[in-house]
Amino acid sequence: MITAIILITLLGSLFGLGLGWAAGKFRVDSDPVVDQIDAVLPQTQCGQCNFPGCRPYAEAIAAGEADINQCPPGGEAGIQALADLLGLEAKPLNPENGEEKPRTVAVIDEAVCIGCTLCIQACPVDAIVGAAKLMHTVIEAECTGCDLCLPPCPVDCIEMVPVTTETGTWSWPRPATGEAG
Amino acid sequence: MKIDPLSQARSAGQQLHHFHGGLRLRHNKKISCQTPIEKTPLATRYYVPLLQHSGREADATVSQGQKVLKGEQIGCFEHLGRGCIHAPTSGTVTAIARHPISHPSGADGRCVVIKPDGLDQWKELEPIDDWEQASPAELRQVIGSAGIVGLGGAVFPTGFKVNQASERGIHTLVLNGSECEPYISCDEMLMREQPGSIVLGARILQKAVGASRTIIAIEDQMGVVNAALFRAVEKSGAETIDIVKVTTIYPEGGEKQLIKVLTGLEVPSGGRPTDLGLLCQNVATATAVARAVTEGKPLIERIVTVTGNGVRKPRNLLAQIGTPISNLVDQCGGYASDAARLVLGGPMMGYALSTDSNPVIKAANCILVLSEDDIRPPQPEMPCIRCGECARVCPSILLPQELNRAIRNGLWDDVMELGLADCIECGCCDFVCPSHIPLVDWFRFGKSELHLLDQERVRAEAARQRFEAREARLERLKRERKKRIEDKKLALQENSSKQQKIAAAIERVRSRKSPKP
Repeated sequence: MITAIILITLLGSLFGLGLGWAAGKFRVDSDPVVDQIDAVLPQTQCGQCNFPGCRPYAEAIAAGEADINQCPPGGEAGIQALADLLGLEAKPLNPENGEEKPRTVAVIDEAVCIGCTLCIQACPVDAIVGAAKLMHTVIEAECTGCDLCLPPCPVDCIEMVPVTTETGTWSWPRPATGEAG
Repeated sequence: MKIDPLSQARSAGQQLHHFHGGLRLRHNKKISCQTPIEKTPLATRYYVPLLQHSGREADATVSQGQKVLKGEQIGCFEHLGRGCIHAPTSGTVTAIARHPISHPSGADGRCVVIKPDGLDQWKELEPIDDWEQASPAELRQVIGSAGIVGLGGAVFPTGFKVNQASERGIHTLVLNGSECEPYISCDEMLMREQPGSIVLGARILQKAVGASRTIIAIEDQMGVVNAALFRAVEKSGAETIDIVKVTTIYPEGGEKQLIKVLTGLEVPSGGRPTDLGLLCQNVATATAVARAVTEGKPLIERIVTVTGNGVRKPRNLLAQIGTPISNLVDQCGGYASDAARLVLGGPMMGYALSTDSNPVIKAANCILVLSEDDIRPPQPEMPCIRCGECARVCPSILLPQELNRAIRNGLWDDVMELGLADCIECGCCDFVCPSHIPLVDWFRFGKSELHLLDQERVRAEAARQRFEAREARLERLKRERKKRIEDKKLALQENSSKQQKIAAAIERVRSRKSPKP
């Protein structure tokens, strides 16, 4: 009897110590749910969800402060992916946040640009290069098409153009037939 | 008994095996094999596309109005190593402009337009005088800079392929002469007419990659080819070259299928033949290698089969890259009255062209003109009845019916798991489907979608990193500014306390000096 009690107590304290040690050793710093949600979001950093970037939106979703249908660049597919991840029902995009559009990139009319640097400060991904009183230009490959550089421009010299399809970026179309397989 | 796969690969060709599925198709090759290969006359304009490889368009290295010599470099790109495009003849660059190119999208692409001067004058050629004395690295360098790509149709840069092969180490070079798709006969005619050049190319390639032997695989249907190649091998004195006849079953000319037939081994999914110690090259690529090394000439021409019931005199032509396809058809007697469809490539894997002003490209092995009788009337597509015929004929051992379902429903994880990447788009499943489902169209669409999703992921990751870097920078700047302000405040305080001390000292001295009242 006594031996059993001693043994169980010993084992209990041993496991307790082990668990305590493991909790410290394998500590997860950031919330894995936030990381997973962030991985699904399109990283446009446009703020149309009313949060200052994709990561803050992911944090808000994880905390239950935001709905999953507030991301227009992600679109229906993005909402579906979030619903699958979180075990929720998919719902249509909230029209207050905007509508789903094809991908665009910003193009600066370099002849009109006065070099005020306001757009450079607005760009969430540092995709605009230039200096005060010198011409600015957009690095096309880095532009996410977030539209955030448009409002600050005092001379309206930035235009959002759809990404053109060329032979290099062309892809096979969906076959036209409608019969389900 | 344990079988060592490598030793089995080494014994490649001694015993033949079978690959899964495939079809026995009518060959229709004889009609284009009746006359010898003809050279195309000089065209009035050459349109050399800057996109003849996967990836982005090449950059033109010439400018409008510039005079170029035959074989001079006119374009350059970075894709799996450095690639080049060369001028097909001497003349003047009249423009670098958009023109219909031979591409499944039907979109225009940038072309270097050359107006020939009629002299057809070569640039100064720098051949290797004695290739047998040259080092393998030197040979590989020449192959890489001659703009040679796989001429079987995949246009994979040969320079990259041989470099990779020599790094990984291979024992057997396989020259693929099993041209299995119906109608196409350019490789067969090449093997008939220039067996010596193929054998020379094989010896050079073998040395360049350090292989110990070469197998030239041909079809059992190619009557005179075997004898011609055999004589050429004997004449060269090479003892390491074997000729192996394989049974004609479409698509045994596919790289992975041919290797299965020769060795009984499967190239692993996502892998390359080099994983088994093998390197596969088309026979036409071997002649291009021979020409580049012994004559110093870059790849500016290829043999094109112009055939089908829609053209009057089907035959094989040696055409310069950039020659309009209409010139080739004209040389073959023009279109028959019932010509209905122009196809680049064969009937199974080719794609329809909307115009014949497109130029010949490095990938163009065949120009097929189908007559009205050849074309199956479009059948209405019916639902899949899960008969499994497609899976039975699939040479990549996939389940096309499952892939079709997954792609239609956008289940991309399933699609990847089912192995869409291993589909070679041979069209066998399409051909046998009793419900007339355009399976290959769906698979091509699926591959494009997967590629786009992948690009999307890469782009999102880059944007995330840039966003986080910017946030970190802004945070740092904020901290630094705060610290600066605090430092200044401290300095000011220190300053004022110092001044107070001085003032107090002065006050003390003054009070000491001043006479006491």
